[in-house]
Amino acid sequence: MRFEQFSQGSSFLHRLDTRVKLISTFFLSLVLALCQSDLTALAGLVIGILLITAARLEMRQVCYRLLMVNAFVGFLWITLPLSYPGDRVFAVGVLSISSQGVALATLITMKTNAIILIITALLATSGTADLGHGLERLGMPRKLCLLLLFSYRYIFVIHQEYQRLARAARLRCFRPGTNLHTYRTYGYLFGMTLVKSCHRADRVRQAMMLRGFKGRFLTLNDSIPVRNDLLFLGAAVAGAFCLLALELGTR
Amino acid sequence: MTNAPLILLQDISHRYADAENLILNKVHISLSEHQRVGLIGPNGCGKTTLFHLIMGLLKPLSGTVRYKGKVLAGDKDFGELREEVGLLFQDADDQLFSPTVLEDVAFGPLNKGAAPAEARDIAQQTLKDLGLSHLERRITHHLSGGEKKLVALATILAMHPRVLLLDEPTNNLDQQTQSRLIGIINGLDLAFMIISHDYDFLVATCEDLYLLDKGHVTSGHTSHLHTHHHAHPHGAHPHKHGDA
Ligand SMILES: Nc1ncnc2c1ncn2[C@@H]1O[C@H](COP(=O)(O)OP(=O)(O)O)[C@@H](O)[C@H]1O
Ligand SMILES: [Mg+2]
Repeated sequence: MRFEQFSQGSSFLHRLDTRVKLISTFFLSLVLALCQSDLTALAGLVIGILLITAARLEMRQVCYRLLMVNAFVGFLWITLPLSYPGDRVFAVGVLSISSQGVALATLITMKTNAIILIITALLATSGTADLGHGLERLGMPRKLCLLLLFSYRYIFVIHQEYQRLARAARLRCFRPGTNLHTYRTYGYLFGMTLVKSCHRADRVRQAMMLRGFKGRFLTLNDSIPVRNDLLFLGAAVAGAFCLLALELGTR
Repeated sequence: MTNAPLILLQDISHRYADAENLILNKVHISLSEHQRVGLIGPNGCGKTTLFHLIMGLLKPLSGTVRYKGKVLAGDKDFGELREEVGLLFQDADDQLFSPTVLEDVAFGPLNKGAAPAEARDIAQQTLKDLGLSHLERRITHHLSGGEKKLVALATILAMHPRVLLLDEPTNNLDQQTQSRLIGIINGLDLAFMIISHDYDFLVATCEDLYLLDKGHVTSGHTSHLHTHHHAHPHGAHPHKHGDA
């Protein structure tokens, strides 16, 4: 697992003000999440693809991320066409595939991918610290922003501790199987991961405190929105409104 | 050791909750302006604990910690000390948490109230001074152990401390990097205390010496270490010095 794999880059989107990106993402994904027409979802998908191209990310990693998300969407494709009531287009024995089910699954697939692309292009191109800072400057409650930042920070800690222990086990020739020894080992591994993460979290907190942390994350990238940012914000909000108009027009 | 001590520990005793014995027993330690002290002692004798007591991360069972003559009791009192005393943790992983090296080094200056541009300058300058400029954009958790240690030192130095407490700084460092570290440390115009098992390193950087064993501290001089060291060239293992 890699964290913040898209946050380092030099594209136009990487340099955009975090707050602008947050607001744009909010409006675009809100409209897309609520829309019910194929046309709107398709338009959203186009916007997503345009943005991801503009972000100039490594396409292989983007595809990998999409693949992970679409694995979940895959379950919908298994269940929806079979279970959704509607006109049958195809039937084998007791199983029948409904056209409405297929249509719904298509819609959900498009919506999901559009939103993921937009979030990847706009939010993943900022570091988590910058996002937390941006949220705070947008007036979100400080405690929630800190919660976000620390969750991120400590998921990473826990992951690292786990990897360390798992590596130690592997180096001592541990090969998982279906036996009690495996289950016990995994039990120890998870238990120790929690205990060690807890201790490390405590030391990290101490280290932060000693370096003057007073409950407020500051960032090096403390920009004020420039003309480009405002232009982008205008375009994104206009885009969201167009999607909305499209949705209301086709409904 | 001419002027009044910056840091003064008087009759400090400490015991961890689950332990029977006192790990520190009425320890008396001082560190004056520009004094350079090495702290040695067997594994698990409480050296790290002592540093954490100085920083106020742990509360002693009894005894007082003074900074510039003032007794420090509550968390609030330690504020000034924490601004001026930099502690390098034994495990660099505890110290680095920002995604990139530059951001991590700038974290302290930002917290001290520097503007972003200023903090960036301080961070870049500190990294340059340590010869680490090439690591600036690297992801902290992908660094090697030695690089992490040096970057952790940079995060402390960027806060422009008056006193440094270094907890086993030479662990993980190759010979060449160690020599560089010696050069860096000797070029610093501040007081420091260094925990280390590496006698050569201590002889090269410190004049005075504290030996911690069985809860008690005795003081000496690194020249003792020198003779001792040459008598046992492979004496990397901590052991009793008796009269050190
Ligand atoms: N948080 C803790 N809780 C209980 N015991 C501890 C804790 N931290 C350290 N100890 C014990 O205190 C002793 C001294 O630890 P430490 O100060 O880290 O030694 P060192 O001199 O090697 O740095 C060790 O025996 C250790 O097991
Ligand atoms: Mg120690």
